[in-house]
Amino acid sequence: MNLKGKHLIDPNDFTLEELDQIFKVAQDMEKHPKKYSEICKSKILATLFYEPSTRTRLSFESAMLRMGGNILGFADATTSSVSKGESVADTVRVVSGYADIIVMRHPKEGAPLLSSEYSSVPVINGGDGGHQHPTQTLTDLLTIKNLKGKIDDNKVALCGDLKYGRTVHSLIKTLARYKNMSFYLVSPPQLKLPTYIKEFVKNEYNAEIFETSYLEEVINEVDILYMTRIQRERFFNEEDYLKLKNSYILTRDKIKDAKEDMLIMHPLPRVNEIDYSVDDDKRAVYFKQAQYGVYVRMSLMAHLLGVV
Amino acid sequence: MLTVNSIKRGIVIDHIESGNGLKIFEKLKLADVEFPVVLLMNVPSEKLGKKDIIKIQDEIDLDLTMLGLIDPNITINIIEDDKIIEKKKVELPKKVKGLFKCDNPRCISNSDNYAVPTFTLVDKEKVKYKCSYCDDFTYL
Ligand SMILES: [Zn+2]
Repeated sequence: MNLKGKHLIDPNDFTLEELDQIFKVAQDMEKHPKKYSEICKSKILATLFYEPSTRTRLSFESAMLRMGGNILGFADATTSSVSKGESVADTVRVVSGYADIIVMRHPKEGAPLLSSEYSSVPVINGGDGGHQHPTQTLTDLLTIKNLKGKIDDNKVALCGDLKYGRTVHSLIKTLARYKNMSFYLVSPPQLKLPTYIKEFVKNEYNAEIFETSYLEEVINEVDILYMTRIQRERFFNEEDYLKLKNSYILTRDKIKDAKEDMLIMHPLPRVNEIDYSVDDDKRAVYFKQAQYGVYVRMSLMAHLLGVV
Repeated sequence: MLTVNSIKRGIVIDHIESGNGLKIFEKLKLADVEFPVVLLMNVPSEKLGKKDIIKIQDEIDLDLTMLGLIDPNITINIIEDDKIIEKKKVELPKKVKGLFKCDNPRCISNSDNYAVPTFTLVDKEKVKYKCSYCDDFTYL
C-alpha cells in the first residue's frame, strides 16, 4: 500500500490495513531508532499552529528531528502575519513551496480539509476546533495495540466531558471499526456524547454502547479506561458538580478491584481528574502513551513522504 | 377572480406554498429580466388552500437545485405551443454547494472566503444537511 502524498484529515481517511501498516512501522521505529534516523534528511516539516498546543507541536517536531529532518513554522498565529485575515488556502499554497509536509492546528473546524484542497504537499490535521484530532487517535490506537497486543475485542470506558472532547469523538469513531468493541460512556448528563456519534457507531459498526453518570458502575468491567478533562464550568449548577465531582476523580482506591491488565489512558494534560497517587500503578500508561505519540507521528510522516 | 392569459411558450412554476413565490422571484432575479414574468400570490388551491404561481414567458435556465431547497413541493411545467410538454418535480438536492451557510459558528466555511460551504443531504424529512468541512448538521 502506498500512502505517499496522502493527507490525514480524519482518521477514517485511512483503511484499517493502512492504519495497521503505520503501527507496524511505528513499533519498528521504537525498536530500531538508528535505522530511521536519517530517512528524512532533506525533508522539511512546517508546523502551522493557529492556536497554541505545545505538546502536539513538540511531538511532531521531535518526530521529524528523530528522522533527521528539519522544521519550520509558527506556534501561535496571533504573533504572525497570518493573523491579518489571510485565507489558510493562500498560506498553504505558499508554505507548500517551502516545506515537504505540513501539520496544521486551527481553531476553526474544517480548516485542515480546506488547506488540503490547496496544498501540493501532504497536510496533517493537528486538531481543528472540537472536530477531529486524528494523530491523537493514532497515538491512542498504537498504545492499545502495543500494550494489549490487539485493538479488537476490548471493553472501553470513556470518561469525562464527552460532549466537547474532540479526542473522544475521533477515538470512538475509529475504535468502532474494530471487531467486538463495547463502549461505556461515563459523563454527567449534560456532557453526554453527541447523539449523532452514538447513532453512527451503533448503526455503522454494531458497537455496543452503555451510558452512565457513575464511573463506579463500570470501572471493574472494562479493559481500557480513557479519562478526559472535565471542567467545573461545564456543569450547569454547583449541586450537580458537587454530586459528581468525586466520581470523576480517579484515585488508587477506585481502581483496587479493576482488572489487573486494565489500561488507564489520558490524552494529557490532566488537571485533577487523575490523582497523582495513580501514576505509580502499572495500569497507568498515559506518559507512555505520550511517548508512543512521537513514534506514530514519525511513522505517519514517513509514510506520507514516501520514505518507508 | 383574477385571470392572467396563458402563455404560449415558457415555464409555469406551480404549487408554490403561499408566501414562497416572492422568495423564488427574488432568488431567480426575475425582477431584472427583459421578458414577461408574472407572480400570482394567494391563488385558491384545492391541494394547498392557497398557493403562489410564477409564469415566465420565454426560456430561461432554471436552477432546479435551488428551487428544491426553497420549496420541494412545487411543480414546474414546461410550456410549448400553449401546451404543457413536460412536468418536472423538484427534489431536495443530495449535494449542495454554496447555496446556504453552515450553522456551526466554528466552521471554517463561515470565516474563509475560499471555503465554499458544501453539504450532503442526510435526512430528507428533517431537511438535514451535513457539512463537508465540519461534519456538523444544518437544518433548513
Ligand atoms: Zn460546517
